[in-house]
Amino acid sequence: MNYRGVAAIYKFEMARTFRTLAESIASPVVSTVLYFIVFGSAIGSRITDVDGVSYGAFIVPGLVMLTILSQSVSNASFGIYFPRFSGTIYELLSAPLSFAEIMIGYVGAAATKSLMVGSIVLLTAGLFVPLEIRHPLSMLFFLVMTCTTFCMLGFIIGIWADGFEKLQIIPLLVITPLTFLGGSFYSIDMLPPFWQAVSLFNPVVYLVSGFRWSFYESADVSLGISVAMILIFLLGCTGIVAWIFKTGYRLRS
Amino acid sequence: MNGPALSIQTLDKVYANGLKALDQVTLEVRRGEIFALLGPNGAGKTTLIGAVCGIVQPSGGRIEVFGHDNIREYRKARSHIGLVPQELTTGMFETVWNTVSFSRGLFGKPANPLYIEQLLKNLALWEKKDTQLRMLSGGMKRRVLIAKALSHEPDLLFLDEPTAGVDVELRKSMWAQVRRLREMGVTVILTTHYIEEAEEMADRIGVINKGRLIVTEDKKTLMHKLGRKELLLDLYKPLEALPPSLAGLGLRIAEGGMRLVFTYDPAQENNGVVSLLDRLREEGVKCKDFNTRESSLEDIFVQLVGDS
Repeated sequence: MNYRGVAAIYKFEMARTFRTLAESIASPVVSTVLYFIVFGSAIGSRITDVDGVSYGAFIVPGLVMLTILSQSVSNASFGIYFPRFSGTIYELLSAPLSFAEIMIGYVGAAATKSLMVGSIVLLTAGLFVPLEIRHPLSMLFFLVMTCTTFCMLGFIIGIWADGFEKLQIIPLLVITPLTFLGGSFYSIDMLPPFWQAVSLFNPVVYLVSGFRWSFYESADVSLGISVAMILIFLLGCTGIVAWIFKTGYRLRS
Repeated sequence: MNGPALSIQTLDKVYANGLKALDQVTLEVRRGEIFALLGPNGAGKTTLIGAVCGIVQPSGGRIEVFGHDNIREYRKARSHIGLVPQELTTGMFETVWNTVSFSRGLFGKPANPLYIEQLLKNLALWEKKDTQLRMLSGGMKRRVLIAKALSHEPDLLFLDEPTAGVDVELRKSMWAQVRRLREMGVTVILTTHYIEEAEEMADRIGVINKGRLIVTEDKKTLMHKLGRKELLLDLYKPLEALPPSLAGLGLRIAEGGMRLVFTYDPAQENNGVVSLLDRLREEGVKCKDFNTRESSLEDIFVQLVGDS
């Protein structure tokens, strides 16, 4: 294992994060504040408690998920796409690094950034509503697993994309709808039965549900299913990454 | 350990679009030599380098770097290699110091600020160590790429078209740099389509065209073997056709009959120059000037590529 090589990639990517730290943090903080003004104060004051949790507090886990999903995908996809685009990927390919090591460096750094941004959103939310985390370890588990899984998804998109448009289209067309329809702002119990059934095909429902359970012990699906689902996503992404590495898809000509 | 620095056996590469970029290339590069891979654009030079460095997946054949198979023992093989790519592909926002240190890290070497400092000084980059890459000129970027390739102290350096788009002064200093590397024991493989460069630098030369390695030869032997000398005779009066007694000697008329060109092999004892002059006098052809010209590597190259 080339630990120094992995560390070099990780440091390189983290340096990129810190170079653009203000932008990386400002945008999620601003949107969190906006969500709280609109949903928490304006509309939320007229919505009754959900499962005994005030609406403002109810949306906190969903907001954190919303932010880390889009951050993970966009940041991790850009991280590996840019060297491909600029040509500097030659250096990674000709270094004594395995593909797995390259991925650990990129996904590790992207997941670190997502965790940072997620924590900042959580702290920002704490300014608006009193935070209550009943199962901190479980919360951390869902946070770390979601960051890792979706950074891997971003890494896959960054290898697949052959233009900046494609890089943006997946977060825009897939991730955003899935998170909005994934119960970030509501409990799926509030939906008519048909849409409840449809929602069960949305992977984000399981993430938000498990994550929200860690806060308030209120969940749409059982905790075990949430944990199982996130492990399945992780395995799925690992499988795709393994296939990419085996075939050199879009990396080696 | 005295084996070759690089050993390539029957290497093939067919791209997905059907283009055969390499066709049964077999090549050995000796330790410590400067080897020039010469060929026109699209001949397969960059593909060959890519296959050795792990950027291109070969379709067939074997590659060993200092005795290590470049697929089965890719870590050992690659840790010997430094690669300077043809395109000026650098990042944008990193500083010179950081990007060179990053390259060293990728190869798993512990940080060595003293070595990096010396390297940057040798390449006249020390003043720029804290400058972002996007602020550098093309020539400086080229030197940064060389610094990155040397950052992990490789024994085998690939320079893919190192002096493309580089001014004369920088080109000369780069040649000097490459010679210094050779003195330090680094094996250098450079590709070029500037014949002048190969002639100036190389110990041995390989000529590649349409994916096939046409010839691999010591530079001096190549020039000696294929080199020809020309005797140019400028005449007083134009000659419309060769007199019968001068036919069959390899003589041709040029410059509208005002010049005769005689091609001969200087290496041969009895090369025909004297008898040609005798016959010219018998025929009454008078010359006002003589000149001889040696064929350059360029002529040899054109001849080889034309034949293949």
